[in-house]
Amino acid sequence: MNATTANAAHWLALHRSMCRIRAFEETALAAHQAGDIPGPLHVSIGQEAVAAGVCLNLRREDRITSNHRGHGHALAKGAGVAGMMEELHGRAGGHCGGKGGSMHIADFSVGMLGANGVVAGGIPIAVGAAQGLKLLGLDHIAVCFFGDGAINRGPFLEGLNWAALYRLPVLFVCEDNGVAAFTRAADVTAGPGVVARAAALGVPAVTVDGNDVGAVDAAAARLVAEVRGGAGPRLLHAQTYRHTGHTSTDAAAWRPADEVAAAKQGEPIARFEARLLAEGVATAAELAAVREDALAEMQAARAAAMAAPWPDPATAFSDVLGA
Amino acid sequence: MTTLVEALRLAALQEMKRDPRVWVLGEDVARGGLFGQYRGFLEKFGPDRVVSTPISEAVIMGAGLGAALVGTRPIIEMRIFDFVMCAMDELVNQIAKIRYMFGGQARPSLVVRMPHGLWRNSAAQHSQVLEAWFAHLPGVVVVAPSTPADAAGLLVSAIRSDDPVLFFDPKNLFGVEGEVPEVIEPIPFGRVRRVQSGNGLTIVSWSALMPAVQQAAAVLASRGIGAEILDLRCLWPWDQAAVVASARRTGRLLVAHEAVEVGGFGAEIIACVAEHAPGVKLARCGMPRVPLPFSPPLEEAIKVTPAKIVAAADRLLAR
Repeated sequence: MNATTANAAHWLALHRSMCRIRAFEETALAAHQAGDIPGPLHVSIGQEAVAAGVCLNLRREDRITSNHRGHGHALAKGAGVAGMMEELHGRAGGHCGGKGGSMHIADFSVGMLGANGVVAGGIPIAVGAAQGLKLLGLDHIAVCFFGDGAINRGPFLEGLNWAALYRLPVLFVCEDNGVAAFTRAADVTAGPGVVARAAALGVPAVTVDGNDVGAVDAAAARLVAEVRGGAGPRLLHAQTYRHTGHTSTDAAAWRPADEVAAAKQGEPIARFEARLLAEGVATAAELAAVREDALAEMQAARAAAMAAPWPDPATAFSDVLGA
Repeated sequence: MTTLVEALRLAALQEMKRDPRVWVLGEDVARGGLFGQYRGFLEKFGPDRVVSTPISEAVIMGAGLGAALVGTRPIIEMRIFDFVMCAMDELVNQIAKIRYMFGGQARPSLVVRMPHGLWRNSAAQHSQVLEAWFAHLPGVVVVAPSTPADAAGLLVSAIRSDDPVLFFDPKNLFGVEGEVPEVIEPIPFGRVRRVQSGNGLTIVSWSALMPAVQQAAAVLASRGIGAEILDLRCLWPWDQAAVVASARRTGRLLVAHEAVEVGGFGAEIIACVAEHAPGVKLARCGMPRVPLPFSPPLEEAIKVTPAKIVAAADRLLAR
């Protein structure tokens, strides 16, 4: 790739997005370990290139659905950090008023229709959002993030068949970190995998190195344009690696140390920084400053969340029904 | 006079004409639906608003939700209630939670239509009456009408509501006839319909059992016992005030429902009246805790009949 001014700005945005996701999750992990964030916390450290590479090709009005590992998708789509950090801390000013937490982050104002505590749970919702957008005559699209574990659930089959049948404007993104909770996906998945399954249902699919944000970005740009142009659904299979365990309390000690070490060697932020340096897009000092700014932003958000008020217990009774 | 299923067709037709955001998805709806409740819709509204779907209940339900979240108002047709079991994650974990879980950001403006109950010896997987499960579930409205006018008016309310409304179509009553106004006005949720007044006892029921209750009341009337009959119409919200007031006045309450008695919604009504109107004598009449059998004499043996309602009333009156 050649660093023109226009795409240099885009690459720096990709870098900044990944750094903010990493900083958010490292900060949240520390807060969880300190006992300041209750409940389960699933972080996506190591997988940032998928969220950034896809979401930076979307418009604000495009909708996304996510899974239980959804902080990155929300941040990359533009969800407010203060509202996210407060939500994780269970505070009144969280995007969901403290009713959702990490597993149910949503920010409808930026088209983020929600993380999901059920594997594959976001697939039917994204398909329906796409159908609704089409019915309303809008040219916005829906993007659905799910993991490799989701392709063994029925809604994956039903959802892809449906999207292809009605030529819906939806991009499926299989964020394949190779593990379904504590089990290697390959050990529980028959056949050649997600791309072949998509192809069998008439959904064109491509595989990219999900730790190469440039590759994710290029593929997403093309697929998003096709989907928005009315070509019907597409699937992006992004292969990545989960640096941490399933949850913040899982060490994933069953994985060989050399496997984890190798994955960390090829982690997406350092890898992209090497490319940005080689292309002359930024200096090492500029890149370090982005990382430091991101960390400072997230630590300030954490401090603000800790100082923020808890929800009024009376709000536990609101939003059950609208009437 | 209009049949109940035609009343429902007219109500959905009226609302789809009124609001272009309303659409219907489900198996065979473009062919008019299993019961003809969408007859002629395809010709009038086209295939984008009358969407015959694959037999994919999870996505029928979940896609309805997704489409509601972007501002449309789907009618999600489940064909037969029992098939909702294939879409329980989408209904229970997603639809019922989404407004609350996201702090009020979501507007799940959708109706789930589920023709339920006993019907033509359809046996164990096509006859269930599990409305109590959903009355137990926070985050949904539960509607179960029994007359053409109520069905039409409540369906209009359901379609216009920003809440997820579970609409239990009483499929065994689809052929029942009644008057339906030319312009169908919405009927508010959570209000009983007083079918008849009386002083001897109060009988609360709903949905497909209402005709049996009225036949039982006629038997009681022939013996000089006046039953006050309330058609609950909605299980959530439900009209506690009207039920408690009537039970307090007559001093006796019988709740009869088609569903299994154990853990049925009748238990909730009885408990509520026991708490709010101590001294009222209470009884229930529902099916035994048995799956629906196929053979007519077997089905007859377990289903709630006018005779069983009369017997339950007699036991209550003797106390």
